[in-house]
Amino acid sequence: MIVVDGLVKKFGGFHAVDGASLSIEKGTITGLIGPNGAGKTTLFNVIAGVHSPTAGRVTMQGEDITGLPPHELFHKGLLRTFQIAHEFSSMTCRENLMMVPGGQSGETLWNTWFGRKRIAEEERALRAKADEVLEFLTIEHLSEQRAGEISGGQKKLLELGRTMMVDAKIVFLDEVGAGVNRTLLNTIGDAIVRLNKERDYTFVVIEHDMDFIGRICDPVICMAEGKVLAEGTLDEIKANEQVIEAYLGTGLKNKVKEETGA
Amino acid sequence: MDLLNAFIALSNFVLIPGIAYGSQLALGALGVTLIYGILRFSNFAHGDTMAFGAMATIMVTWLLQSWGISLGPLPTALLALPFGIAFTALLLLGTDRVIYRFYRTQKSPPVIFLIVSLGVMFIMNGLVRFIIGPGDQRFADGERFIIRAREFKAWTGLSEGLAFKTSQGITVITAVIVVAWLFWFLNKTRTGKSMRAFSDNEDLALLSGINPERVVTITWILVAALATIAGVLYGLDKGFKPFTYFQLLLPIFAAAIVGGLGNPLGAITGGFVIAFSEVTITYAFKKVLTYILPDSLDPTGLVQLLSTDYKFAVSFVILIIVLLFKPTGLFKGKAL
Ligand SMILES: Nc1ncnc2c1ncn2[C@@H]1O[C@H](COP(=O)(O)OP(=O)(O)OP(=O)(O)O)[C@@H](O)[C@H]1O
Ligand SMILES: [Mg+2]
Repeated sequence: MIVVDGLVKKFGGFHAVDGASLSIEKGTITGLIGPNGAGKTTLFNVIAGVHSPTAGRVTMQGEDITGLPPHELFHKGLLRTFQIAHEFSSMTCRENLMMVPGGQSGETLWNTWFGRKRIAEEERALRAKADEVLEFLTIEHLSEQRAGEISGGQKKLLELGRTMMVDAKIVFLDEVGAGVNRTLLNTIGDAIVRLNKERDYTFVVIEHDMDFIGRICDPVICMAEGKVLAEGTLDEIKANEQVIEAYLGTGLKNKVKEETGA
Repeated sequence: MDLLNAFIALSNFVLIPGIAYGSQLALGALGVTLIYGILRFSNFAHGDTMAFGAMATIMVTWLLQSWGISLGPLPTALLALPFGIAFTALLLLGTDRVIYRFYRTQKSPPVIFLIVSLGVMFIMNGLVRFIIGPGDQRFADGERFIIRAREFKAWTGLSEGLAFKTSQGITVITAVIVVAWLFWFLNKTRTGKSMRAFSDNEDLALLSGINPERVVTITWILVAALATIAGVLYGLDKGFKPFTYFQLLLPIFAAAIVGGLGNPLGAITGGFVIAFSEVTITYAFKKVLTYILPDSLDPTGLVQLLSTDYKFAVSFVILIIVLLFKPTGLFKGKAL
């Protein structure tokens, strides 16, 4: 589905992503883990066209998509969410969701005047869809509230909701569960699995919560210092020496070994 | 009776000119604020864009006048306005394609854009003078009045006259229509919402599949319309001279900043704040005071706070005062 080959992203002299190569299989829910500052978000940003890479290539189903702008990637079915929730603060939650399929016919001056009927139909369909998504996320009571005024966790849900407004092929979720309570986190996990099964979404999920990763992700990829360290099931990753070292530093490694009896 | 006379004098010299001038500044400031909110830079070429729009409209007006076409009691320029807007839109879209787009793909910081717009300003400045010349141009079909001072006096029997020029009436009506339309457009149409979305959070708008180039194109077209309308209304009211439009840049920016850059409501408020300050502070209140005060207290001087020569200083002072107390402007700036 997605193949990342030797991707490098430098900020000044600092290598945030340093030659990462990985491939995401179609139909999987791939977990992406790694310590803070490992370059996970930067990797997402480069794949999703927010930053252009210093070097390397990204292909999607065999097509080179390196450096394409985000709105074009969106129309190819590649979506992402933000680690720090973004929202159109002066619009209501429903309007926020309704903005998502950009490139509607209502977005030209011509149609604003002469395509009223078609726009009205589109809007109605979008509205129904948005309400459905809000209900699914159990935040239908927020539909008329300005998105700038809802809580951090609710913004996270709205982020997830965006990806459900269209038929995406691959969705990159950046810590979609951070700041969301446990029950809701489980709901989100179920939603991801369902979208994956029923609507054939491929997911890449960044998450620090290992229970969450373990419950829904296979395979799991671990990054550290801009590089891909290991790939495999969560148990394999957890047992990987390099991974433990990356997370805990050499000093703590032995202690953990004692505790886990390894 | 004296009180009424005082009020009429005040209306004639302060209220009516202030409202007309305020509407013109508001329309100008709306253009500036739209560019700031969506393209994220301060466009120094806006005054000269207004001059270009007015010039294009004037040329078409002359053509229409030479054909003997007129709008009856309304100025012919209103008929020429759509053509003026079209020419200006072409100019702005061309400028964007040739100049601004390059810096956009470079993701240049706003300061660079600002300096670039300064260059564009000089080019437009030259272009307008080259085509129509630096002198004064009249294109209103003679002075027309809704209320004439003399008739007003005869009719009311007051010693003060009240003049209400057609151009002032048209300015206010047009401004109300344009502003109402703009707010409807931004808040109710899908195009307007995508512009607001882009202004609010560019990253998210892009990741939602909104095409930035389309938003930019529509913004320039709206700006062309706003600038041309503002320029023509100002020209109808006070006559067209390229240099005056260049000077207008200061009060327009002051208006946009006082109101809160990027906020349309702020631009309108700012326009009126600046206009009324300018008109009130440079008006000689002698006449009004003579009516109101008892004879023994009649002022001997002009009671003018500032000579009209210094009117542009007023914008600066208001700007500084407002920013001292509210650094983001009266309305919070930055998002449409
Ligand atoms: N725009 C930027 N400019 C400069 N440095 C950046 C930028 N974005 C990220 N970095 C740096 O790149 C490194 C990787 O950051 P990144 O956000 O990708 O980490 P992460 O793996 O997502 O971490 P976390 O788990 O904390 O979210 C960090 O050291 C960060 O300081
Ligand atoms: Mg991150």
